[in-house]
Amino acid sequence: MRDRAAPIAIFAAFVLVPFLPWGGAYNLAVALMARAAVFGLAALSLDFILGVGGMVSFGHAAFFVIGAYATTILDANHIDGAAPVFATAAIASAFFALVTGAVALRTRGVNFIMITLAFAQMVYFAAGSLADYGGDDGYTLAARTTLLGRSVYYWMCLAILLTAYLLCRRVVASRFGRVLRAIKQNRRRVQALGFDAWMYQLVAYVIAATLCGLAGVLLANSAEFVSPAYGAWQRSGDLLIMVILGGAGSLHGAVVGSIAVVLLEEVLGRFTEHWRLIYGPLLILSVLYVRGGLAAMSAGRPGYLGRDF
Amino acid sequence: MTLLLVQILNGVQLGLLLFLIASGLTLVFGVMDFINLAHGVQYMIGAYLGVACAGLAGNFWIGMLVASVIAGIVGLVLERCVLRFLYGRDHLDQVLAGSGVILATNELVRVIWGDAPLQMPMPALLAGSVPLMDGMRYPVYRIALIAAALIVAAGLTFAVGHTRAGMLVRAGASDAVMVRALGVDIGRLFTLIFGIGAMLAGFAGVLAAPLVSIEPSMGDNLLILAFVVIVIGGVGAIRGAFVAALLVGLTDTLGRSMATDAAKAVLSASASARVGPAIASMLIYIVMAAILAVKPAGLFPARA
Repeated sequence: MRDRAAPIAIFAAFVLVPFLPWGGAYNLAVALMARAAVFGLAALSLDFILGVGGMVSFGHAAFFVIGAYATTILDANHIDGAAPVFATAAIASAFFALVTGAVALRTRGVNFIMITLAFAQMVYFAAGSLADYGGDDGYTLAARTTLLGRSVYYWMCLAILLTAYLLCRRVVASRFGRVLRAIKQNRRRVQALGFDAWMYQLVAYVIAATLCGLAGVLLANSAEFVSPAYGAWQRSGDLLIMVILGGAGSLHGAVVGSIAVVLLEEVLGRFTEHWRLIYGPLLILSVLYVRGGLAAMSAGRPGYLGRDF
Repeated sequence: MTLLLVQILNGVQLGLLLFLIASGLTLVFGVMDFINLAHGVQYMIGAYLGVACAGLAGNFWIGMLVASVIAGIVGLVLERCVLRFLYGRDHLDQVLAGSGVILATNELVRVIWGDAPLQMPMPALLAGSVPLMDGMRYPVYRIALIAAALIVAAGLTFAVGHTRAGMLVRAGASDAVMVRALGVDIGRLFTLIFGIGAMLAGFAGVLAAPLVSIEPSMGDNLLILAFVVIVIGGVGAIRGAFVAALLVGLTDTLGRSMATDAAKAVLSASASARVGPAIASMLIYIVMAAILAVKPAGLFPARA
C-alpha cells in the first residue's frame, strides 16, 4: 500500500476532466471518462478476484447484465429509486455469484476460466430470452435511476468508483486480503495452516460480483438502454484486457487499463475505421515489452501488490 | 425418426469439425502449457483461403489443399514471430496477446475481403444428396465431410498413439520438463505440434466453408466451442477431445432441434417458443458446468 501517487493521480485526473477547457468537445470528454469509470469499476472488481485472489474469471460481464437487468425489470415496474435499484442489483449479483462460485471454485486454472464463461453464457442467453424486456433487441429505460440524472451521472460514477477502490484496497490490506493473496501464491500451504481456501475465495468472488453488478446499473443508465450484448463473452474479454493491460493485482491498474482501452478505441476509431489493426498489435507489444502492465510502467516496478509485502 | 437420424448426423458432423480444431488446441495447451487464442483465427483463415484458392484455381480440391497448407504456414509464422515469446509466460499474458492477434487478424481479413459474408460454392462432385431412408435425403457433402474428418481423426489418433513422435507428444502432455530433461529437442516438438494443429484448424475451416457463411468472426465462436471441448475432455487428451467434441456437437444440434418441443411439456406454447431457443443455446454450457462440477479436471485429463 505504499504506492499512493499513481492512484491519487488517476482520481485527480477524473476530477479535473470536467473543468478543463474542452470547448465543443466537453460532452464527449466527460462521456468518455464516465464510460472509463463504469468499466473501471467492473475491471477493478475483476482485478480484485483475478490479480489479488488468483481467480481468472472469463464471465465477469455476467454481473454487468444482472445489474443492468435488475435496473430494467424494476424500471418496467415503475421503480426507479436509487436505493431499491442498487440494492436489487447488488443482491441479485451476490446471489448468482454465491451459487455459481460455489461450483466454479471446485475447479482450477483453465477449467475455472471456462466454467465462469459457461455461467456467463447462460446469463447472456437467458437475458436474450426475456421477451418482456426486449429479448435480443434490448430495452430502453423509461426513466433514469434517481441520483443518476444526467447532470450528476459523471460524479456519481466517479464517487462509486472511488468508494469501491478504497474498499477493495482496504480489504486487500486486511487479514482477509492477506489470506486471499496467500492462496494465490500457494494454496496448499494456506490450507495446511488451517484456512478454508474455498470459502475465502468464494467470499471474494461474491464481493467482486456485487461491485460489478453496481457497475451494471451505471452502464444501464449511461445510455438509458440495456441489452444482452452487455454480457457477451467479448465484453468479459474486454474486462480481462483492461485488467491485464493495466497491470493485474494493483487495483488502480484496472482503472488505468479501462481508461486506456476506452481512449484507444475512441482515438484510433477516429483515425481509421479499421482501428483494430492498430489496437491488436498494440496489445501484443504491451505484453512483450510492458511487463506487469501500465501501472507497473508508471511506478517503475512490478504492479503486483503482493510483492510489496 | 428420420428427422432424428438427420439431426444425429448433423451433430456428429459438427462434433468432428470441432474435434479437428480442438485436437490442435488441446495438444498445444497440454504440451506447451500455452493458451492459444489465435487457434480460432486459423479456422477462419482456412475458410477464407479456401474461397480465395478455390476461386483462383477454379477447383475446390486444389483450393482445399493449398488453403490447408497456407493456413499451416500462417500458423508457423505466427508462432515464430509472436507466440514463441509467450511460452513460459503467465497465462494472462498469453490471453492478452492472443486477443491482440484475434482483433488484428479479423480486422485484416475485413480489410482484404470486406464485411459481407462470403459463400463457398459446393464442389460439383459432392453437390447432390443421397436417399437416407424412404423420403429422406441427406447432402453428399455432409457425408463426405464426416468421412474426411473421421479419416483425419483416425490418422491423428494413430499418430499420437502409435508413433515415436506421438509418444513424445503424449509424454510432453503429461510432463514436458521431464521430456526435455531426457534430451528431447522440445522446441522442435513444439513447432511440429503447432504446425499440425494450425493445419488441422485450417483444414476444418475449408471443410466447413461450403456449409457456413464465411465472416471474420466465425473463428471466435468456434474457438469458444473448442475450449469447451478441451475442458470437458480434459486438457492434453486426444481421446478426451474426441469424446467431448462429439458430445458437444450432438448436444448442441439435438438441443436446438428439440428444446422448444421439450419445453412444451412444461410450459405453454408461446412461453416454449421463447424459452426453448435460449435453453438450446445454453445446453452445452449447462453440460460443461455439470461435468466440471462432478469432475473438476474434465473427463480424461492427461496430467494425473
